Amino acid sequence: MAKTIEGLRYSESHEWVKVEGNIAVIGITDFAQKAMGAISYVDMPDVDDELSCGEEFGAVESVKAASDLYSPVSGVVVEVNEELCDAPELLNSDAFGNWIIKVEISDPSEVEELMDAAAYIELCNKA
Amino acid sequence: MKYYDKLIFELSKEGRKGYTLPANGWETSLDELPEGLGRKAAPALPQVSEPDVVRHYTNLSQMNFGVDSGFYPLGSCTMKYNPRISEEIASMQDFAGLHPLQPASSVQGVLRLYKELSEALSAITGMAEFTLNPFAGAHGELTGLMIMRSYHIARGDYGRTRIIVPDSAHGTNPASAAVCGLEVVQVKSRADGLVDVEDLRPLLDETVAGIMMTNPNTLGLFEKDIKEIASLVHGCGGLLYYDGANMNPLLGVVRPGDMGFDVMHLNLHKTFSTPHGGGGPGAGPVGVAAHLVPYLPVPRIVADEDGQLGLDDDSADACGRISGFMGNFGVLLRAYAYILMLGRQNVRMAGPLAVLGANYIKESLRDCYRLPISSVCKHEFVFDGLADQESGVTTLDVAKRLLDYGFHAPTIYFPLLFHQSIMIEPTETESKETLDSFIEVMRKIAAESASEPELVKSAPHSSPVGRLDEVRAARQPVLTYRDYIDCSVK
Amino acid sequence: MAFAYFPHTDEDIRSMLGRIGVKDLGELYSDVPEDVVYREEYGLKDAMSELEVRRYFSRLAAENRKMLSLCGLGAYDHYSPSVVASVVSRGEFLTAYTPYQPEVSQGTLRYIFEFQSMISELTGMDCANASMYDGPTSAAEAMLMTLASTKKKKRILLSEGLLPQVIEVVRTYAGYHGVETGMISCDGGQTSLDCMKESLAAGDVAGVLVPGINRYGIIEELDDFAEAVHACKGLFVMYSDPSSLAVLRTPGDWGADIVCGDAQSLGIPLCFGGPYVGFLACRKEFVRKMPGRIVGATEDVDGKRAFVLTLQAREQHIRREKATSNICSNQSLMALYVTVYMSLMGPSGLREVNELSYGGAHYLHDTLISTGLFSDAFSKPFLKEFTLRTSVPVEKLQKALEEIGVFGAVQVGESLVNFCVTEKVCREELDKVTEHIRRTFAVSPQNF
Repeated sequence: MAKTIEGLRYSESHEWVKVEGNIAVIGITDFAQKAMGAISYVDMPDVDDELSCGEEFGAVESVKAASDLYSPVSGVVVEVNEELCDAPELLNSDAFGNWIIKVEISDPSEVEELMDAAAYIELCNKA
Repeated sequence: MKYYDKLIFELSKEGRKGYTLPANGWETSLDELPEGLGRKAAPALPQVSEPDVVRHYTNLSQMNFGVDSGFYPLGSCTMKYNPRISEEIASMQDFAGLHPLQPASSVQGVLRLYKELSEALSAITGMAEFTLNPFAGAHGELTGLMIMRSYHIARGDYGRTRIIVPDSAHGTNPASAAVCGLEVVQVKSRADGLVDVEDLRPLLDETVAGIMMTNPNTLGLFEKDIKEIASLVHGCGGLLYYDGANMNPLLGVVRPGDMGFDVMHLNLHKTFSTPHGGGGPGAGPVGVAAHLVPYLPVPRIVADEDGQLGLDDDSADACGRISGFMGNFGVLLRAYAYILMLGRQNVRMAGPLAVLGANYIKESLRDCYRLPISSVCKHEFVFDGLADQESGVTTLDVAKRLLDYGFHAPTIYFPLLFHQSIMIEPTETESKETLDSFIEVMRKIAAESASEPELVKSAPHSSPVGRLDEVRAARQPVLTYRDYIDCSVK
Repeated sequence: MAFAYFPHTDEDIRSMLGRIGVKDLGELYSDVPEDVVYREEYGLKDAMSELEVRRYFSRLAAENRKMLSLCGLGAYDHYSPSVVASVVSRGEFLTAYTPYQPEVSQGTLRYIFEFQSMISELTGMDCANASMYDGPTSAAEAMLMTLASTKKKKRILLSEGLLPQVIEVVRTYAGYHGVETGMISCDGGQTSLDCMKESLAAGDVAGVLVPGINRYGIIEELDDFAEAVHACKGLFVMYSDPSSLAVLRTPGDWGADIVCGDAQSLGIPLCFGGPYVGFLACRKEFVRKMPGRIVGATEDVDGKRAFVLTLQAREQHIRREKATSNICSNQSLMALYVTVYMSLMGPSGLREVNELSYGGAHYLHDTLISTGLFSDAFSKPFLKEFTLRTSVPVEKLQKALEEIGVFGAVQVGESLVNFCVTEKVCREELDKVTEHIRRTFAVSPQNF
C-alpha cells in the first residue's frame, strides 16, 4: 500500500506539493515511485525556468520506463534538488522526504484545485 | 558458451602493432601542419598484434547467439536463416570498390540492380515504385511520413499535422511521427486485438495526415477491417501507411497495395533475409502508390530514352534527401540475391510456412501458457505469461530459462497491451523438429515453474554471464574504457 | 516442391496442419478477406540456383567499371587489413539480433563498448553511442539533440563548408521537424567566424554545425568558435572524419559539445555508398539526450564484469513519441568493422595511414600545379583531400582521367575540382595521372 501524507496537496499525475509561504515544494508520490521501480535518473529544469500549471518540467527514469513530470502550479523555478543528480534512488527510499524542485507560486488559486490526501488515495485505489 | 573477460584495451602493450603498411617514401611530413591544428597526444587506442586481434574477436563471437547458433523465436524481428550466397555476392570486389560519386556510365550494373530490385519489390507488394535509400525500418517510416506530408503540402493542404497510430503499434511509429513534426493520436484496439473502427471514426477530420498500420498487427492478427479503414481514412483526405515489419506472413499471399495502402516500408533484414548483424546494417525501402511517386526522396534512378540509367539529384516535388548516398547498397545486393533464389515459385510458400509454424507452436503450448487471443494467428502470436501464475514465475524468468536450453528468448513485454507478453515468431526456415524441441522445452519450463520455481527465477545458469545489474548500469553509466578505469581506481 | 531454405516435407506440413486442426495452408488465412488475396502470378523471375545467381551478379558486375579513386567528398578509399572482413563475417556476429538478451550477447555488447571507447578517444569526447546509419543522418540527429538539450530554441546554423549531402539531409530533417536552418558562409575556403557571430546574434540558436575538414579538404581553424556559440547558450557541434582525428586536433580540444560524422574512413569499403557507419559522441552532460543505443559496463549476479544496453529510457521503445529520435537499430556490424580496424592499426598505424595519405595528396597537389593547368584554390592546410582551380574544362578533365581508369576531379565550384589520395595510391599511379593530363592538355588549355 502506497503511503500518503496529510496536509500535502496532490496532482493527478502523481506529484505532491507542499506550500511554504509563496513557495511550492514539489516531488513525486510514494505511489509513483513504487510504480516506476528502481529510479535511475531524474531530469530537472534549470533555476529561473518559467513553468505554467500542467507544463512538463522534467522526467523520472528507471531501467525500463520513463515518466514525465508536470508542474502542479505556475511559477518560476527557484531551486532544484541537486542531491538527486548523484542519488536518484533517494526517491525510492523516501519519496516524500526528497523534493525535486521549488517553485515560486504565481497563482495561489491553482493550489486549491489540487487534491487533498483523501481524494488522492481514492485516485490511487482506482488505478 | 564460455566466459571470456578481456577487452581489447587490456591486451595492449606499448610498441606492439597489428598492421603492415608500405614504407613512407614521400618527402613531406605531418609535422609541417601549422601549429595548433595537430593533435596534442596520440589517441589511447590499443596496441596489439594481429594474432591477438583474431583471437580476441573469435573469443567474443563465442559469447554470442545468432541464427547460425540456434532457433531465434524473437517476435516482430523475423529471424530467418541468412543464405551464404548473399554474403559472397556482397563482398564481390567488383561492387565493393565502387565510389558512390562515380559517373553513371561507369556504374550501369549497380543502377540496374537498383531498378530491378525496386521492380521486384513492387511486384511483391503491389506498390507503384520504391526508393531503396532508407537505411532501416525506422528510417523508412520517417521517409514515408515525409512523403505523406509533402503530398499534402503540395496540394495546399497545410493543416494535416496529426497522425493516427494504434495502441498496439511498434514504438518507432509514434517516434518517427514526432521526428517528422506530426502530432500522434492513438486509436484503441478492441478486445479481439483489432483496431477499433468505432474509435477511429470520430478521429478522422481535415487535420489528419493519415494512419500508420501494421497488418498483421503486433499481436499477429490480420486486420480484417482494413478495406473499411482504408475507405474511411481516404474519405477524410488522409493516407494509409503500412509498417512492413510484419510483412513476412503476407509474402506470396497478400500485397499491401491491394489493401489500400498508399505508402509502406519493407525491412529487407526481416522479410528478405539479409543478416541482422547484431543490430544493423539493415535496409528499409519505401514503396508508394502512383499518386505519391513525385514525392520520393532524392537521389533517384532515372532512365534516358536509350535505356542508359542515371541519378537524379534534384526533383522539385521530392520530400528531400534522407541519406548521404544511395542507402545500404551492400544490403540491397544481398536482398536481391535472396529474391532471385526465391523466384516467383518459392515466394508463394514463404508466408504460409511462416504462419504454419506460428500456429503450430501456439496450438502446442496453449494449455501451459495464457493465450489472451486464440483466433488463428499469422507469423507471430502473444502469450500473456504462464497459465499457472501461482509460482510467481514471470515472463522474464521464462525467457532467461530458455537461454539455458540453447534457444534465444522470444520478444518479451511487448506489445504493451498485456502485462506478461511473450511474443513468438518462428519463420519459415525452421524445421518441424526444431519447433518440436522448442515446444518441449517451453512445456518443461512450465513444469519447472511449478515444481522448482527458484530454478527458473534464477536462470540463466549456463550462459557466460548471469542476470545483469541493469539498475547500476543506468545509475552510474560506465560507457567507455576510460570511464571503466576511472571508476575502478575509485 | 522443396526449397533449400524451407525444411518442410509434405509429411511435416500435413502433421502440423493436423495439430492446428485445419485442412490446408489456405485455411490459415481464413481471416483474410478474399478480395485482398493475390491470386495472380508474381512478376518475378523464375527461381534461380546458386550457380545461376552467381552468374547473374557476375554479369551485373561486368557492367560496372572499377576505377582508381582519387575522390573523397564523404567516401574514402582506405586499405582494410584481411583480418577485418574475416572477423566480421563470423556467423555469431553476422546473424545475431540486437543484444536484448545480454547473457547470450556479450560478444556484441563488448565490441560496441570498445567502439564507443575508441570513438571517444579519437574525438576527445566523454562518450559515444553504438553508431548511427551514416554521417549525414548522424549530423541530423546531432542537431535534433541540440534542440532537445537547449529548451525552447528553434534555430540551427550550418556551415556552408559542410559536404553538400550533409547540409541537404540536415535540412530535410529540420524542415519537417519545424526547425529553421541558417547558413554560415565560407570566407577564403574557411567557415567565417564573423558570419557565425552575426547569425548567432539574431538569437534562438540551439546548435551550430561546423566541419573539421570541410568540403574543400581544408582543415578548419576553429579558434573562438566554441566560445562564441556557448556565449549564446547554444551547443557547438563538429562533423569530423575520425581517421584524420588520429593526427588532427580533437573536437574536444576545439571545445565541441557533440561530434558526429561517418567512420567509413576507418577502412570500410566504398561499396557505392553503403553500408557505412555514422557515429555520435558528446560530453557527458548531454548523454541523456543522445539518440540510439548505448552500452554500459556493469556486473552480473555473481559479480562478473558484464555489459548491457543502458540508458534505454531515452529510446523509442519506451518513450514512443517523446523519444529524442526514432532510431531503433545501429549499424552494429559496421561498428565491429571499424573496431577491428582500429584495434589492428592502433595509434601508430592510424598515424602512418595519415602520413602516407598526406604525402601522396601533397605530391599530387604539387605535380598537378607544376603542369601549369592548375592553381591552388585557397592555399590553406589540407590532409588527404584538396581543391584546385583548373584552366581546362572540368568535363574534359574528367573524361581524360576516365581514359586511364581514374575517377577524380569532381567539380566542387566554378572551375574548382576535388582530389583525394590515400595510402592505397602509389607514386607510379600519381605520375601516370599527371603525365596523362600534361600530355592531353599541354598544347594550350584554351583550345579545349
